[in-house]
Amino acid sequence: MAGFHQSVEATIPALRRYARALTRDADAADDLVQDTLVRALRSEHLFHGGDVRSWLYTILTNLNRNRLRSLARRPLLSPIEDNDAPDMAGPEAGGRDIERALATLVEDQRTALLLVVLEGLSYREVAEVQGVPIGTVMSRLARARVQIKAYLDGERPMLRRVK
Amino acid sequence: MNNHDAPVTVDELHAYIDGELPADRQSAVSDWLAAHPQDAELVAAWRAQAESIRARYGSVASEPVPERLKLERLLQSGRRGSWTWRIVAAAAAVVAFLIGGGAGWIARGVSATAPSSFEMFTADALDAYKLYVVEVRHPVEVGGDERAHMKQWLSKRVGYPLNVPELQSIGLKLVGGRLLPGPTGEAAAFYMYEGPSGERFTVYCARLHSPQTGLRYRDETHAAAFFWVEDNVAYVVSGPADRDRLKKVTRAVWEQVDGRKS
Repeated sequence: MAGFHQSVEATIPALRRYARALTRDADAADDLVQDTLVRALRSEHLFHGGDVRSWLYTILTNLNRNRLRSLARRPLLSPIEDNDAPDMAGPEAGGRDIERALATLVEDQRTALLLVVLEGLSYREVAEVQGVPIGTVMSRLARARVQIKAYLDGERPMLRRVK
Repeated sequence: MNNHDAPVTVDELHAYIDGELPADRQSAVSDWLAAHPQDAELVAAWRAQAESIRARYGSVASEPVPERLKLERLLQSGRRGSWTWRIVAAAAAVVAFLIGGGAGWIARGVSATAPSSFEMFTADALDAYKLYVVEVRHPVEVGGDERAHMKQWLSKRVGYPLNVPELQSIGLKLVGGRLLPGPTGEAAAFYMYEGPSGERFTVYCARLHSPQTGLRYRDETHAAAFFWVEDNVAYVVSGPADRDRLKKVTRAVWEQVDGRKS
């Protein structure tokens, strides 16, 4: 199954990007990717053709859901990341805004939005990853966009005044 | 033309920016946006969101892949992946599960974030199950007719008194047992049982210095396993992927190995 391994390997950078945006925490993101890869390699025999990339996104999405559940079970206070601050001043401040805006989304909405706009998956692929009909993906996407816009509109006036 | 004149829906606005809009609606939507500045503003805002997201995270994909995520390395380290989220379950969960209910503990999702010992032990136990269960002539090292000798020998090798479960009551005959290398480097004891139609179940146990856990379930295409830890011994009961039957066998095993304390 050399082809399988090659496809998995080629997807690692994208998985890291997706995980980073999902968790907004570099270490947690790479842990998630590592667990995804371990799981994928171990269940290689369960993979019967199809798109390896979508399958990996599915595993990662599910693992992240489990992670959030176990975090919810024992409430860990994770700091709001102010630690990657230096390069984020000035025009880059928009990066922090979008990060905070993403944090306000419901998990399923965040997942749908990131898979579409960051990972470039089609609605159909996202529907498969999330295990829901396409209509549900579209409504998650729509709600995510409305929510982010509301969040940013609430924030922006202050930033504009600074400029 | 008809198609062009149909009013544009919000869904279409999303599809438009996500490249999901059918070709025959493209011009309808762009004309609509030219005539409806509010919608045009909305679309611009959504596009800006997507741009910000890509600007914030897009570069992660160009970073060098950290050593621990390199595929060769993961393939080499095999089943010893690092697991970040450890869930410690109470032994009571085993009881709760076996008595009935408790399904939450064995939801398949839970296994995804379970401690590495769960993964390691069940992987080794299932490997052993699949390897030896098909053996006709030499499935075991010591036959079930030498139960006392087997118990004494294996107990000595694993370093703690073993209890070889008696499963006749549920129709399973002891085929025998063997010694195996355990996942933590300690010896593991492995017993095999056989049912009336030749189906085989195995019990795999080895020392594991770990808190007691709830029962966890893992299944593969043709085999499945239940795992738990008690008194610093990890147990894995493996068998064909028939969960109800396996649960019954697990319960019988659990009742007997648990009995060794009293």
